[in-house]
Amino acid sequence: MRYDSLLDSVGNTPLVGLPRLSPSPDVRLWAKLEDRNPTGSVKDRAALAMIEQAERDGVLTPGCTILEPTSGNTGISLAMAARLKGYRLVCVMPENTSAERTQLLRMWGAEVVYSPGAGGSNEAVRVARRMAEEHPDWVMLYQYGNPANAGAHYATTGPEILADLPTITHFVAGLGTTGTLMGVGRYLREHKPDVQIVAAEPRYGELVYGLRNLDEGFVPELYDPSVLTTRYSVGPRDALKRVRELLDNEGIFAGVSTGAILHAALGLANKAVKAGEPADIAFIVCDGGWKYLSTGAYEGTLDDAEERLEGTVWA
Amino acid sequence: MSVEVRIPTILRPYTGGEKNVSAEGATLAELITDLESRYAGLQERLVDEQGLRRFVNVYLNDEDVRFLGGLETELSDGDSVTILPAVAGG
Repeated sequence: MRYDSLLDSVGNTPLVGLPRLSPSPDVRLWAKLEDRNPTGSVKDRAALAMIEQAERDGVLTPGCTILEPTSGNTGISLAMAARLKGYRLVCVMPENTSAERTQLLRMWGAEVVYSPGAGGSNEAVRVARRMAEEHPDWVMLYQYGNPANAGAHYATTGPEILADLPTITHFVAGLGTTGTLMGVGRYLREHKPDVQIVAAEPRYGELVYGLRNLDEGFVPELYDPSVLTTRYSVGPRDALKRVRELLDNEGIFAGVSTGAILHAALGLANKAVKAGEPADIAFIVCDGGWKYLSTGAYEGTLDDAEERLEGTVWA
Repeated sequence: MSVEVRIPTILRPYTGGEKNVSAEGATLAELITDLESRYAGLQERLVDEQGLRRFVNVYLNDEDVRFLGGLETELSDGDSVTILPAVAGG
């Protein structure tokens, strides 16, 4: 397939069947390989859409500085797009993310400001908001509340999935900014009212939840629970186990958060088998495993791998 | 009938530092009332007049209770309830 530039090649990712992990010929799992995007993650879609919307709105003009709180992937996507479009990018990232994320951000020319690890991405949002006040001329795209994030998935990811899998019964994705689930969910519901939209939310170690008051929690402004059928919390052990199964059985080398999503998808598949109902379950492969090699997620025992992820923002 | 409840770090001062506690109740609301009877002050941190507090997530066997029955979610012997603060991702 030919594109005029790298930015034009975002999206149109393959949807591949999982013949070995699918429980029966009637209950099938399908992986949407978002690692095939230019910087290797699903976030390329939202990042590009947010930048181009800000350009259309006149908010983002040549020479601008973009500021964004991110646990990594959105920052990497923004860094690539900002470099090609001539913007400066400052990312606020929790200090307890994988080393590769910082390396990749700097490779694409982004500046990295670390936020304290305790509190995870909540803390990155807080630090970024403070910096935005100090630099009113900087543009914070703010993925958690920017409608262009969910809009990108409504306009591209959703239609791609439905075109490839008209018989879809379930869609499963990770819950971070909620952009993927809100955008794809709304699109699919409009065309398949009975489709189930299911969130898999990573459950981190205790450090990440911080010690602040419960009233200082965070729910992304984009989140609309009415779009979801249900929402599961998945811990690191199940995520690691599933990400290894995906590699061993289907040859797909995915990042750890995809393991959490697959765990939820397999749960739904087993329910469908028990109920004797056919199902076509599509789920998102958020990124490849490359960025997580240094975490030791793919080697040694599950106990050791789980211990190594403790206290990190692994999704 | 007994349900295991996982308590987040932030709420452990109420449970004397206990990470996992047992409680009873046919519904989540009853479970929280039972917790309150032994760990005074906990209930107020979890619920307000509208129901579960905005930044508190409660999971029954890893499923978000807001998509089950909310505070009226029915519980069974051997269930596991996890309480967590809402955090960002992305």
